[in-house]
Amino acid sequence: MKITAELIDYLAGLSRLEVQEGERQAMTAELQRIVAYMDVLNRLDTTQVEPVSHVFPVKNVLREDEVIPSQDRAELLAGSPAPDQEAFLVPKTVE
Amino acid sequence: MELRELTALELGAAIRRGEVSIVEAAQTALDAVSAQDGALNAFITVTGARALERAEALQAGVRDAQGPLYGVPMAIKDNICTKGVKTTCASRILGDFTPPYDAAAVDALARAGAVSLGKLNMDEFAMGSTSETSFYGPVRNPWDLGRAPGGSSGGAAAAVAAGMGWYAIGSDTGGSIRQPASFCGVTGIKPTYGTVSRYGLIAYASSLDQIGPLCRDAADCAAVLDALMGHDRRDATSLPGPRSRWDGSGPRVDYGHLLDGLTGDIRGMKIGLPVDCFGDGLDGEVRSAVLAAAEVLKGRGAQLVELPFPVLPYAVPAYYIIACAEASSNLSRFDGVKYGWRAEEYDGLGDLYCKTRTQGFGAEVKRRILLGTFVLSSGYYDAYYKKALQVKAVIRDAFDRVFEQCDLLLTPVAPTAAPRLGESLSDPLQMYLSDVYTVSVNLAGLPGLSMPCGLNGDGLPVGAQLIGPHFGEGALLNAAHAFQLETDWHRKRPPPAAADAEPPSALKGEGLCGGDLK
Repeated sequence: MKITAELIDYLAGLSRLEVQEGERQAMTAELQRIVAYMDVLNRLDTTQVEPVSHVFPVKNVLREDEVIPSQDRAELLAGSPAPDQEAFLVPKTVE
Repeated sequence: MELRELTALELGAAIRRGEVSIVEAAQTALDAVSAQDGALNAFITVTGARALERAEALQAGVRDAQGPLYGVPMAIKDNICTKGVKTTCASRILGDFTPPYDAAAVDALARAGAVSLGKLNMDEFAMGSTSETSFYGPVRNPWDLGRAPGGSSGGAAAAVAAGMGWYAIGSDTGGSIRQPASFCGVTGIKPTYGTVSRYGLIAYASSLDQIGPLCRDAADCAAVLDALMGHDRRDATSLPGPRSRWDGSGPRVDYGHLLDGLTGDIRGMKIGLPVDCFGDGLDGEVRSAVLAAAEVLKGRGAQLVELPFPVLPYAVPAYYIIACAEASSNLSRFDGVKYGWRAEEYDGLGDLYCKTRTQGFGAEVKRRILLGTFVLSSGYYDAYYKKALQVKAVIRDAFDRVFEQCDLLLTPVAPTAAPRLGESLSDPLQMYLSDVYTVSVNLAGLPGLSMPCGLNGDGLPVGAQLIGPHFGEGALLNAAHAFQLETDWHRKRPPPAAADAEPPSALKGEGLCGGDLK
C-alpha cells in the first residue's frame, strides 16, 4: 500500500484536520512505515474467520424505560466555549 | 511511623485503629507532592484544599468506617471525569473542561472512603507509551529523572512510586496501566473487559479501554478492585453480577471477594511461559528477571509449562488498527462546540472544527486519527479494519487454547526497562512495537497484572506480567501475592526526587509532526 501526499490531504479533510505544508512530507513517510508494518497481517490466513468486535457474546441489553434525572442544562452549557442561556453557539451555517 | 512506607491497606488499618488521622495522611501525601512534583510533573491538578476538607469529613465518621481503604489518599488519571475538578486528558483541546458529573469509578471509590489528591498527568488522550505527549509536559520517572515513566498512565505510576498518594487509578487500552507500573516499580492490574464501568472515562478505544488500579502491592490492588468492579447500567458493555437485573445474554460475574481470596497458596497452579514472548527483541536483563520470577513461583508450588504462542507478531498491528479506528470515531466529538477549547480565529463552522482540532490536538493524537480514518475509509476498510477484527478473533482463540493447558501466563511487560526521555518521540513505530507483550491482553479482553520483579544494571525497575483467562483476577492476584510474600522488589523505593531538579521541558505547542503550531 502506497501512502501519498494526496491521500494524507484526503484523510485530513475527512478528519477535519489541516496538515500544514511543512508537515505533509514527514506525515506521509511516517504513515507509510506504519501501514507497511500493518501489512504483516496479510501473512495470516483469515478467510474462514468471523470478525469479532466484542469479546463477550453480550447482546440485547435492555432496561425498563424509566424516567430518571439527567444532567442539569446550565451545568452542561457551562463547559462550552460559547454558550448562551439555552444553547451552544456556533457561526452562522445557513445564509 | 513513616506513613509513606505503608501500603494502602496498612494505612487504612492504622486509620481505623486511630493511630493516624486521615488529615495527617492527606497532609503527608500533599507535602510529598509539594516536595517532588516540580521535578516529576506527575500531577496536572492538585486539589489540596478539597483533599483536606474531605479528610476532615471522613475523620468525623471514622468510627463507622466501612471497608479497608477508608480515608486512604489516592489520585486519579486525568481522563477520568471528576465533578467540579478540571479533567483535561492532558490535551489542549479540553482546555479548562470541568465535568458536571463523576465517573462511575470515582463514585465507587468515594463510597469506599477515598480521599482524592488530584488529577494525574498522562499521554494526551492516553495515546502513547511514555507520558511524553502531554500538553502539560512530560512526566519524569522517579527512579531516573532522565527517563520516561512509561505510559499512558505515567503520572499514576510515578505518583505511587514516589509516595505521592497510596494508590492511583488509571486506564489501560493497550498496556497503559501495566507498562508504566513496570517502569516505575509498582503493581498494576487491568481487569477483565466489562468488569469496571467505563462511564465517565473519556473514550480512546472503547472496545479495549478498561479502568484499573496502580498500587504498592497485589493486596492493595485486590482491595481497590473490590471497590471498583461491579455492574453499571450506564455502561452498555458492563457485565452483570449474579443478582443484577439483566435482560441481555452473556456471562455473569461474581464480583468482590478478591482481597478475601488472597491466600498466597498457589500449589498446583499451572503457569505457562509462552516461548514466543522470550525470543528476539527482549532485553537480556528483563528476560533473566522474569525467568527468575517464574522460579520463585515454582518454589511456592506452581508448575511451569512452556508453550507456543505463535500469534504474538500479529497483536501490535491488529491493536493499532482497531485502537486508531475507534479513536478517529471517538475523538470526532472534540470540535470546539460542546466543551473544552475553541480556536480563536476561524471562518465559518467547518473552519471552526478544523482550526480547533488542528491546534487543539497534539502530534501523536493527530497521527492516530489519520491512521484510524485511513483504515476505516472506503476502499481500505476490508484490508485493514475488518482484517484486524478477524485477527482479534484469532488471538482470542489462541488464548482460549493456551488456557486449556495452564491457569495463568507469565511474560515480560515490556521488552526493556524505562527508555530515556525523547527517545520514543522521534520514532512512533518503534514506540508501538514496544507494546508487543501487553496489547494482545486488551484485544482478548483478559485481565493482566504487572508486578515488580527486579532492578536492572542501571537500577531501573523491571516488571513481570501475569495474564489470566476472563474473570481470572483472583488467580492473578493470588499468584502476585505469593510472589510478593517471597520477594521484596515491590518494597523498593526510588530516591526522593529533588524539588530543585530542572523542571520538565514542556511540549506545549507541538504541531502535527513536531513542527511549530500555528
